[in-house]
Amino acid sequence: MSDSSILESLWLEHVPNTHSVHVAVFRNVENAAFLHQQLLARNADFEYALIDAGVITSRLQVFSAAFKAITLQLAGTMKTPNVHSELVYSLSPTNNVLVTPSVSSSATAAPETTSATETETPLTAQDIEKHLLAHVEGKPVPFTAQTLSELTDWGRVRKYYKLNGVSWLDGIKDQATKNRELDMLVMGGMALRGV
Amino acid sequence: MAADSATHQFPLPAILEYPSSTPPELIAQGAEGRLYKSTYLLPSIPCALKYRPPKPWRHPVLDARLTRHRILAEARNLAKCRRDGVLVPTVYAVDESAGWLMMEWVTGGPVRIAINEWLRRRRDAERAEGRAGDAIVEGTSEADADLVALLRRIGAAVGHMHKVGIVHGDLTTSNMMLRPWERGKEPANGHNVEGDELLEGEIVIIDFGLASQSTSEEDRAVDLYVLERAFASTHPRAEKLFTAVFESAYKEAFKQAPGVLKKLEDVRMRGRKRSMLG
Repeated sequence: MSDSSILESLWLEHVPNTHSVHVAVFRNVENAAFLHQQLLARNADFEYALIDAGVITSRLQVFSAAFKAITLQLAGTMKTPNVHSELVYSLSPTNNVLVTPSVSSSATAAPETTSATETETPLTAQDIEKHLLAHVEGKPVPFTAQTLSELTDWGRVRKYYKLNGVSWLDGIKDQATKNRELDMLVMGGMALRGV
Repeated sequence: MAADSATHQFPLPAILEYPSSTPPELIAQGAEGRLYKSTYLLPSIPCALKYRPPKPWRHPVLDARLTRHRILAEARNLAKCRRDGVLVPTVYAVDESAGWLMMEWVTGGPVRIAINEWLRRRRDAERAEGRAGDAIVEGTSEADADLVALLRRIGAAVGHMHKVGIVHGDLTTSNMMLRPWERGKEPANGHNVEGDELLEGEIVIIDFGLASQSTSEEDRAVDLYVLERAFASTHPRAEKLFTAVFESAYKEAFKQAPGVLKKLEDVRMRGRKRSMLG
């Protein structure tokens, strides 16, 4: 992958080669409302899982959701129209879609993680990157732990994932340790959704 | 072929048939399921995958239902413990229909191996001094401090699990891992800096395949009884010490603990099963 690429592309462990994951992060997205509209209109050109980065705790959380979505697609047991929406749904700890993290409409300071999982479609990483750059009005930043740590809104994470009642977390003095524990609880919440 | 058959003796669950950076490794094979070491999402993240294969001797519909229920129960009980701060592996993914559960890989080794190695070294040391090497470990000497501290941590861990409403169903020193302390996370006291570090680490309870949610004194006492019996047969020389130290740490873990220990005395008298009468 070239250094200039805004997209991180990879294959997950125990996922067939037909499915690769492509992730890009944009900060200060200006046209969140427009992007949201494309999703609602089921615009086939916007087959992405657009995620509000404020509720993303780690790279693994995103990969975890992608893994779950792909696994469900392969098993033919998706609960949503496509693998992209399934990824977003996989991030949710509840069956209630209303609280599923989605694109934030407060466009000004709303950074977004945009991730797209591609199936058999012969789209290349270059195609996806070009399309994203053309349609997302924001500043592309690398999908790193550092970037995410600047964007995570831990208060919202605890609310979404129903972790406000977990009092032992507040006894952890070291912030990094605390965030790591939260990340693990988030992943556990996602894995156990609806079971 | 012999080396190969060790890995491929059994058909892998479908999920493990998909490509990964390193081939899945069969770690343990039990009556109900198999445990594989594999990777989750990235090559750098090890995971444990517990697979309950279909049982051909059971009616297929019943089999599917039992497998589903057991996988889900295990996942839920692990999640409950994790959320309530009991150290257990995080559940990464679960597919109850396919019969598998993917969890965090716990580093370190089983408590059983650590204690047995510690006892072996102690025996060798005793023999070097010309003694028989089968002395009961009293826990009174300076050299026993590590073991006492470990047994206390076991008591606290089991107490914590019971406190949050989970009984394990198969407590043994093989189902507890000794995970090396993270730097800076070691306890300030009860931690032997001078020692050989054989018994250092935090207790992580694993294998919730027989666990259930219960807060009854009876269930908790039976849980302790199973551990006590398992400990006595695995580490007979430290049995007495175990009972004393474990109970004192367990008692401090939660309010109802003294009642459970009282019940444990009844269970010891009659064994694990309740009276067959009635």
